[in-house]
Amino acid sequence: MSVDNLSRASRRELPPVDFGRRHFRIETRRIAAQIPARSVVISLILLAVILFGGLYSMTIGAYEVSFGEVMNALVNPAADPDIRQVVFEWRLPRVLFAVLCGAALAMSGGIFQSLTRNPLGSPDIIGFGIGAQFGVTLLMLVFNLNTYAFKAVGALAGGLFTALLVYVLANKNTMSSFRLIIVGIGVSAGLGSLTSWILITVSVEKAMMAATWGAGSIASLGFDQLVPAAIVFVLVAVVALPLNRTLPVLEMGDDAATALGINPARTRLSAMIIGVALVALVTAAAGPISFIALAAPQIAQRLIRSNTPMGTIPVMLTGAALVVVSDAAAQLLEVPVGVVTVSVGGLYLAWLLARQYSRRS
Amino acid sequence: MTASLLARDITLGYTGDPIISGLSLEVPDNSFTIIIGPNACGKSTLLRGFARLLKPTTGAVLLDGAELRSLKPKEAARKLGLLPQSSIAPDGITVADLVGRGRFPHQNAMRTWSREDERAVAEALDATGTTELSRRLVDELSGGQRQRVWVAMALAQQTGHLLLDEPTTFLDIAHQIDLMELFAELHQGGTTLVAVLHDLNHAARYATHLVAMRDGAIVAQGDPREIITAELVEAVYDLPCSVITDPISGTPLVLPLGGRRAAVR
Repeated sequence: MSVDNLSRASRRELPPVDFGRRHFRIETRRIAAQIPARSVVISLILLAVILFGGLYSMTIGAYEVSFGEVMNALVNPAADPDIRQVVFEWRLPRVLFAVLCGAALAMSGGIFQSLTRNPLGSPDIIGFGIGAQFGVTLLMLVFNLNTYAFKAVGALAGGLFTALLVYVLANKNTMSSFRLIIVGIGVSAGLGSLTSWILITVSVEKAMMAATWGAGSIASLGFDQLVPAAIVFVLVAVVALPLNRTLPVLEMGDDAATALGINPARTRLSAMIIGVALVALVTAAAGPISFIALAAPQIAQRLIRSNTPMGTIPVMLTGAALVVVSDAAAQLLEVPVGVVTVSVGGLYLAWLLARQYSRRS
Repeated sequence: MTASLLARDITLGYTGDPIISGLSLEVPDNSFTIIIGPNACGKSTLLRGFARLLKPTTGAVLLDGAELRSLKPKEAARKLGLLPQSSIAPDGITVADLVGRGRFPHQNAMRTWSREDERAVAEALDATGTTELSRRLVDELSGGQRQRVWVAMALAQQTGHLLLDEPTTFLDIAHQIDLMELFAELHQGGTTLVAVLHDLNHAARYATHLVAMRDGAIVAQGDPREIITAELVEAVYDLPCSVITDPISGTPLVLPLGGRRAAVR
């Protein structure tokens, strides 16, 4: 057996494996892990950005609240009731939503970029976000169903339908990520125009409501929408955890992954469903917040010097930090947060395309 | 005694007519089995059947007496490894990280990286002579080094059987020999190897058990010294040839008869 073969080597004392980075090691009888020190440091920094960005954005608004008053209102139930109302009831859910949306979108982006082995393979580009948006628009305007549960169902159904459509159209015995992206762009253009068509056929009031949602806004959301979204997010994120180990293996190709004990078809299917669910839960609550799924996994990958866009805590924290900071900017500029992410993300996409193009030629 | 890895009456194919039907093969334990044959003879298909990449429509592949498909994928992956013909090294992955991914079947949600994983990777790097490369990016390596790293990844999996799908195809002659020597060393260490190879003379030199295939069936199998004859090579490849004894290894050496015209000139 190869174990004997290798024992020849182990009789000599082998030096520890040089990974070229420092790790924190945990090893007990039940758990054993090796966490890159850099990931821990970066995660702590991101956490600080989220905390300070979130607190700062709670000071912005028509009702002036100072940093200290925000802190006081959050921890002290006996604080000035007006300030507590503004901070606790109105602004805190918005910030928490920013964290949740960022984390969910980033993870979804990581899943799809890992599946397609392409930084462009995010749900924004391959059309699942547009699909979810179409599903919500349809339910909201045509069937007049406007609660979070119905919007979530619409977003999930729209997203999954789009995923299925793209998958079937792009599937030709083997899955080429480039074909997936091109087909996705085509399908999302089609669904986008269907969404516009619905918007111009309904009444102006309804269209205005849909347009506000369609710009991607978390400003008017309260705890009543946050709680169901958070529960769904935690459930989906827990189901998604195993993907953190299987998707990087799948990146090495179906043959290698099978040899290592992964079922590629089943892993891909569950990853697609989970990825779409993560986008759908955000879209249902806040409307389309674009480019976070595209940018966050790539930024996280560079920050922690990882070899895969898939990840859990650092990727989710990067997404959360991006949305919290974008939300603060949106408060200052008095625009929906989706507008900020689209503007910044659009520049990033242009840079990404230019870089990929120049690399290829 | 039956072999621990064997195919019993398997039929394999993609769409349309099967490429292999009703084939049986026992892989002798602790052998270096090499499968040869002309293009489209079904040798790679057979290896894919052994590797769980292709599901037999009839028959079964058995490992240690159990049907391979009845094992959990990770359990099978702890017993049977594969060096695929083409794998994708993710962008920006280092050698140590790539080899570490070979530990996947030994890990679970609670134990993502243990001392055994570290030791297995260190040993795999050592066995393939790639310890010095551990921090390097896989993209930056030469073809020969890169193939050694993929072998290291398969070794880190610590399986008793290792399947090799045309492992030397894209390498120059020096790197081909280098890799074959590495496989011979692994075989001597006790790993049962099953390889699909194009180069008949490499197969004759390194195999302890040679399997010659044509049109989806096994034409001959056994010790290469006993079975390689001019008649067999002609029957398998339609190649007129002469077989002499390799002055270096004492194994058969196949000399194709083509090229005589050039010599006359």
